[in-house]
Amino acid sequence: MSAVEPPPAAAGGTGAGSEPPPGAGGPGPRALARQRRRRAAAAFWRAYAANPAGVAGLAGLLLFILVALSAPLFVDTADLSVTRAPGSPYQPPSAEYPLGTDNFGRSVLDLVVWGSRVSLTVGFLATLVSVALGALIGVVAGHFGGWTGTVLMRVTDWFLVLPTLVLAIALATVLDRSVFTVILAIGITAWPTTARLVRAQTLAVEARPYIERARALGGGHWHIMGRHVLPNVMPLVLAQTTLMVASSIIAESTLAFLGLGDPTTISWGGILQDARNAGAVSSGVWWYLLPPGLAIALVALAFTLCGRALEGVLNPRLRERR
Amino acid sequence: MLGSVVSLLAVMLTGFFLFRILPGDPVRTMTQGRAVTVEQLAELRRQFGLDKPLPQQFLDYCLGLLRFDLGTSFQYRAPVAELIAERLWPTVLLVGTGTVIAAMLGLWLGTRAAWRRGSVTDRLSTGVALTLWSVPTFWLGLILIVVFAGGLGGVLPHLFPTGGMASPGVTGFLPGVLDVAHHMVLPVTTMVAVVYAQYLLIMRSSLLDEMGGDYLVTARAKGLRDALVLRRHAVPNALLPTVTLIFLNLGGVVAGAILVEAVFSWPGLGMLFYEALRVPDLPLVQGLFIFFSASVIFMNLLADLVYPLLDPRVRT
Repeated sequence: MSAVEPPPAAAGGTGAGSEPPPGAGGPGPRALARQRRRRAAAAFWRAYAANPAGVAGLAGLLLFILVALSAPLFVDTADLSVTRAPGSPYQPPSAEYPLGTDNFGRSVLDLVVWGSRVSLTVGFLATLVSVALGALIGVVAGHFGGWTGTVLMRVTDWFLVLPTLVLAIALATVLDRSVFTVILAIGITAWPTTARLVRAQTLAVEARPYIERARALGGGHWHIMGRHVLPNVMPLVLAQTTLMVASSIIAESTLAFLGLGDPTTISWGGILQDARNAGAVSSGVWWYLLPPGLAIALVALAFTLCGRALEGVLNPRLRERR
Repeated sequence: MLGSVVSLLAVMLTGFFLFRILPGDPVRTMTQGRAVTVEQLAELRRQFGLDKPLPQQFLDYCLGLLRFDLGTSFQYRAPVAELIAERLWPTVLLVGTGTVIAAMLGLWLGTRAAWRRGSVTDRLSTGVALTLWSVPTFWLGLILIVVFAGGLGGVLPHLFPTGGMASPGVTGFLPGVLDVAHHMVLPVTTMVAVVYAQYLLIMRSSLLDEMGGDYLVTARAKGLRDALVLRRHAVPNALLPTVTLIFLNLGGVVAGAILVEAVFSWPGLGMLFYEALRVPDLPLVQGLFIFFSASVIFMNLLADLVYPLLDPRVRT
């Protein structure tokens, strides 16, 4: 906590900007709010940087995102086609092909680099779907309580109990094979944890006096949920999101490995499925199997480390324990 | 109790919705990529009762479930319930062994990590657990096969079989048991490696919650040794939330079983599921979906019933 608290005029935000600041010549309320935010961000970063594992995770994450974004610069998509592969099949790692070649003669390094694009995209989008769904249901259930809340929480509990992967597989089996299906299948099955967390946090926030003030001033349900509850719940949701991207990426690779992904795209799970179908396991072609799995594990680990570090900073209950 | 019944009903509804309504035409989904005539499609529709109106289909489906009739497999031409019963025991054996080992390992390591928080042991075991947790189950299985069963392309001896549950030509009780155990080593290792991490982390954090307890100060003040304080006072209290979570995590264990069985060709329910969704054999996928969900709900009910026996405080 910073020692200097900004004047209360900066709080709220809606409509407060029209009044002139009390101390003439001092910074306006918006400038003060900006200052306060900058201070809070700096304090947040200091707390985060105190966790070396979290910093390492963040660095790894940025590296992977950079590679995925810049992949078209050093991978030629023509080299990834099965029919016009540049090398001969199953070459062990060499100077030309640092990670060897697959059963068609494609460079495994190129495949893994290119695969990061689909894997990361699906991981992020599926997380977005599930977190948005979870946050919405959690806030609504916590805010309204009563019948609505009970019914919503029963549905959540029921989804929580169901084996996630089984449901995702069932969904992916009956729908068409596409990237969109995979995103939907993961997103729809992964939201209940977020919903529970958000609901608990919503209940805690709603007990605070300023919510009562907002209600007394005539704030409607959506105003209170959107402007007061959600901003206070967001930090925890952020930590949860980071953790969930890791599991979404693993789930994507799992579905692709089971043959439920989009057969026309290259993803890490899809590469492993191809490798297994081509008999790489029995012939011991380790350079075809090792890199995609390592990539999945490293990305998932990076996200997990970031998420745990964020949680440690944002959740005061965990702060002392670590 | 009532909650479980409601959950089961919800599973029934979802099963119907997922496999009869969502695909539009289930027979088209099942026969995709094959050359079929219109007559064959009509015949298949009649066979699966899809030519009847939806409410009638739903009624048939519910009545069938009450009689444990899950329909007929498209691929095996056999009742789904029979197939499930046939493949149940290998899965129970694999999952049971894996869960027991993973739980014991996780609880033990988690206890040690929490009791000496911040030590090298703590940081090492938490780090290893998090790393293994990030590894996809199926990939770990593939790598284990390459290294220990495939001999890394002839560098290492072939220590374990690459898959299956038993070798042909093994007779007698003791050799049979040993053979199955030999086949189980790699699948169980894979399951334990991926699952134990969460038990470790749960046990660690719930023991850390207990560490500040006044009763531990009392226990120390009356002169108990450190090991006794841990074993008799801290661990029993920390175990309670952990046991609940172990039951709640069974859904994840089912997922692990599907992947491990698919990779190691272990002839259980997971393997059956994998074979069914490749076709896709919708009646079989549907039956397994209902079976997996129902068994997880049943396990949770069991946890609710066992919990009061462990913790007298919730006995109201």
